[in-house]
Formats: sequence, structure tokens, C-alpha cells
Amino acid sequence: MSDKILIQIKSDIENNNVVLFMKGSSQIPQCGFSATVCSILNNLGIEYKDFNVLLDNDLREGIKLYSDWPTIPQLYIKGEFIGGCDIVKEMYASGELVELLKKHELIA
Amino acid sequence: MPIEAKELELLIKKAFPDSDVILKDLVGDGDHYEVTIRSVMFNDKSKIEQHRLVNKALSGYLGGTLHALSIKTLSLDN
Repeated sequence: MSDKILIQIKSDIENNNVVLFMKGSSQIPQCGFSATVCSILNNLGIEYKDFNVLLDNDLREGIKLYSDWPTIPQLYIKGEFIGGCDIVKEMYASGELVELLKKHELIA
Repeated sequence: MPIEAKELELLIKKAFPDSDVILKDLVGDGDHYEVTIRSVMFNDKSKIEQHRLVNKALSGYLGGTLHALSIKTLSLDN
């Protein structure tokens, strides 16, 4: 794997407010964990950029390297790695996720 | 390739000797687990840091042998 993919990932994360690296697309998730994160983001009504790692093996391996996190999905907000499905679920339940999105003025 | 529940629990206990571990085999196929770990080692750490410790303990399994693991971490100070 070349550094090119890591540079591409960095730029994608920096150029989009909310980014989800997932299996499948936001329209058709292909993994239960990815589907859960999509449904949380959809419930919150926020826009996000999704990247399907199943279409690009370099991206699939690159994103794990980038965040030093072995699993997918991975959610990024304003350039910051938030976590995978379990953490996003917990943060949604506790209200932390809404607070974070409000702080960044991504939801009213 | 699945992993035995006992082996998984052993890996966790090795990394978090003080921990209480609740492991559920969700489907019964040795491939979809839910684990709750309560340990003093999670004290004063963010969720990301707590999960990173678990990821490290299971490195080489997560995202490979172990297809689906849902992780919940609890510190002793919450």
C-alpha cells in the first residue's frame, strides 16, 4: 500500500464535516455495524460523506492504519476520529453525540 | 474461522487481570460476540482509549478471525 491512500484519506476527512468509512453505502449498508451507524446519523438528520471500503481494498487497509483502529465502520467529525459502532451507539444514547454535533454547529 | 468463547475470555483476562467479563455468543456460531469488560484499567480513560486497550488485547483477531464483536467497557470509577 502506498502513502497515496493515506494522503487521500486525510484530505477526505479534512474536507468533509462528517465522514463515515463503512461496508456498503449509506443507501445499502452491507454490515450490521455499518447499518447501525447510518441509521443513527440519519435519525439525527445530518449530512455525511460515506466511503465504501468494500470497493477499494487499499482504502479498507489504509483507514485501519490511519486511525490505528482495526475495525470498520469508523466515524469522523470535523477531522476527529470518533469511534466505531459501539462508541457511536453509546454516545448517541448518552446525548454526547448530539452535544458534539451542536458544538460544531452541524445540528441546531 | 471462529474463535472459542473460552479462548476469547482468556485473551481478555490476560490483558485485564482484574476484570469482570461478560461474554455473549450472539448467534452460537463462535463468530458474533458481545463482550462487556469492567476493569480498573479503564479508569480515567476516554472511550476511545478504553476500546484501544481492548483492540490491542485482541489484535490479530479483530477484523480477522473474529468477524463481529460488540465491545462495551466499564471503568470502576463510573
